[in-house]
Amino acid sequence: MVKLKIDNFDVEVEAGTSILDAARKVQIDIPTLCKHPDVDPSAGCGMCIVKVGGRIMRSCCTPVAEGMEIITNDGELQEIRKTVLELVLSNHPNDCLKCIRSGQCELQEMAMQMGVDRDEIRKILVQKEKDESTEAIVLEPSKCIVCGRCVDICQNQQNVWALSYLNRGFATKITGANDAKLANTPCIKCGQCAAHCPTGAITEYDDTQKVWNMLKDKDLVTVVQIAPAVRVALGEEFGYDFGENLTGKIYAALRRIGFAKVFDTNFGADLTIIEEATEFVKRFGKKDNLPMFTSCCPAWVDYMEKYYPENLPNLSSCKSPHQMVGAVAKTYYAQKTGIDAEKIRVVSVMPCTAKKWETHRHETMRSSGYQDVDVVITTRELAKMIRQAGINFRALQDEAADDPLGEYSGAGTIFGVTGGVMTAALRTAYFYITGKELGKLNFEAIEGLKGIKAAEIDINGTKVRIAVVNGVGNVEEVMTAINEAKANGEELPYHFVEVMACPGGCIAGGGQPKVMMHNLPKPWGINDEIRRLRSKGLNDEDEEAVNRLSHHNESIKRLYTEFLGKAGEGKAHELLHTKYRQRDLYK
Amino acid sequence: MSEVSQAAQIANKWRKKRGSLIMALHEIQDVKGYVDWQDAVDVSQGMGVPLARIYEVLTFYNFFKLEAPGKAVISVCTGTACYLKGNDKVLEKFKSELGVNEGESTPDKMFHLQSVRCVGCCGLAPVCVVNGKTYGRMTPEAVPGILAEWRKTFEEE
Repeated sequence: MVKLKIDNFDVEVEAGTSILDAARKVQIDIPTLCKHPDVDPSAGCGMCIVKVGGRIMRSCCTPVAEGMEIITNDGELQEIRKTVLELVLSNHPNDCLKCIRSGQCELQEMAMQMGVDRDEIRKILVQKEKDESTEAIVLEPSKCIVCGRCVDICQNQQNVWALSYLNRGFATKITGANDAKLANTPCIKCGQCAAHCPTGAITEYDDTQKVWNMLKDKDLVTVVQIAPAVRVALGEEFGYDFGENLTGKIYAALRRIGFAKVFDTNFGADLTIIEEATEFVKRFGKKDNLPMFTSCCPAWVDYMEKYYPENLPNLSSCKSPHQMVGAVAKTYYAQKTGIDAEKIRVVSVMPCTAKKWETHRHETMRSSGYQDVDVVITTRELAKMIRQAGINFRALQDEAADDPLGEYSGAGTIFGVTGGVMTAALRTAYFYITGKELGKLNFEAIEGLKGIKAAEIDINGTKVRIAVVNGVGNVEEVMTAINEAKANGEELPYHFVEVMACPGGCIAGGGQPKVMMHNLPKPWGINDEIRRLRSKGLNDEDEEAVNRLSHHNESIKRLYTEFLGKAGEGKAHELLHTKYRQRDLYK
Repeated sequence: MSEVSQAAQIANKWRKKRGSLIMALHEIQDVKGYVDWQDAVDVSQGMGVPLARIYEVLTFYNFFKLEAPGKAVISVCTGTACYLKGNDKVLEKFKSELGVNEGESTPDKMFHLQSVRCVGCCGLAPVCVVNGKTYGRMTPEAVPGILAEWRKTFEEE
């Protein structure tokens, strides 16, 4: 431990702690635009300067030392910070009124905090082309302050290597290699760049107008579904605490917006488990293409198709939950209600930007004869629509979801958290193999925010080795171990592997709120504390649920008896499963 | 099976040495005069370095050319002495005569325009160098003559 003084407060922290982090322990918030807990300090923005024994240093990358005396704020430091910020703003457009990030922008907030009240330094604005090529994530390099978070996240955290810096100085630009459009790079549309961007330089592709247009057309029957992770994050946009589960209010808001039916992707998650557990039991028994990888995360599927095409047979063929709901909405629901499927539109509210791409990633996404899911909007876009509709969200009364695609189990809910899909699948797989229910429904070894979590589960004397990969950046290690074992003819390290591209799972997806509320931990957007709180919101719902098992969802049973038939076969296979293909890293 | 490219051979040579990406790129530019997309792809595969990283290096350093330069490489000195004596106006004249920016080549690949910092003969400032031939006491008015001279040289070849 190291003892030091920060603004006359005695502080004791572990050796190696940065001055910036040490100061936060005594409620001192040193301003910064580039440092984020998920990235290494880069000393990029120059806002976090402090005085160490009279010398001015950047606190993000200066570790504490015994006996240090630090001043974090005085007239001189304030003046320097303001000048640094004015330099940053001198090549940032004054577009706040029209910017999608307005009100949730760290740069805007910083300008307010530092009291910037003038354009003192002559503006040099370099026009750089907007990149909307993915139709999932939008790059607007002219709004970039070159903090480096997105590049670090894309290259080092996610190991995707789509984003990079091109050129230098004023010409510096966040873009793909050789200025390739993002859609032509290895980008998997996970949106972690957008989740970490402090400004409006990287945002979701806005599809809200498409939804309003559908709702306006009275010939259409527009239905909606919400993903598990949406319910524990949307509230942040309306002043609720992190992780507060607002399922009932969200249903009510969606009805007021004008959706004909409100379904739940958690129902789809239960349906996915029926198919996926059936598939796993079959494949495990026949030792067919093991280990089996989960396939609910479209960013992960995209990554696999690009980086590990030789392992594609290992992916589960199950579609993701919202795609399953889309497919049954335009077949089963249409048939049950007598509505012409051609007139049904399915909108999915997702914590995810990659889901926007998923809806058209393969021809099997049209298994109903139409595009199964028409539009995907993110949690942030739903918040925008609720505001546009003039709904007083906080005053809404809870409502329930609509039959026949609204009922769900606790297992469906935890799909939004790392380890949740594996847990849900094991509950049902255990039942399918043994005919008995698991005594204990949780697996502690695969909970939490560690990058790679592994366990061995005993099912009727058979050992099933599982792994949960939390964040696609950890896939390489697991995949290397698997492929080496295969090449050497050794026993496989795992039989069943869950992968979620975003660290923490969907609760920390690229489409989740980035709210500026002063009772919340900084920096805004996402960090491990927020990941824990949102996860808790979903885990609590599971623990309190009357039914925590997908195979006991009555609506799911009815769907199979009335319509699908047997899991994994015939109509169920045709509607609920997909195929994969190799994709080039660059087009 | 196509022949192994020069870039691939160079990448293979540097493959096992850590931190040698820039050395490999230098060598390719020495041999070919530029590093294009296919070269970068060969280096990426040969050395196991993502293309995103390769282009960060290629575009950070002014030295690297991403495509074949024009036959006559025009270097306009913008070092202190040349700049003060008006070489910025000479540079502008080259740009407007050729219709290219700094670091670009004409579509017919005859000329490549670049600015450099000091060519070591400040006494002749302002100075331009074309394929090793030095032009001292430059003026914007002299630009069309120099271009005509090199066009003629290439036509005669």
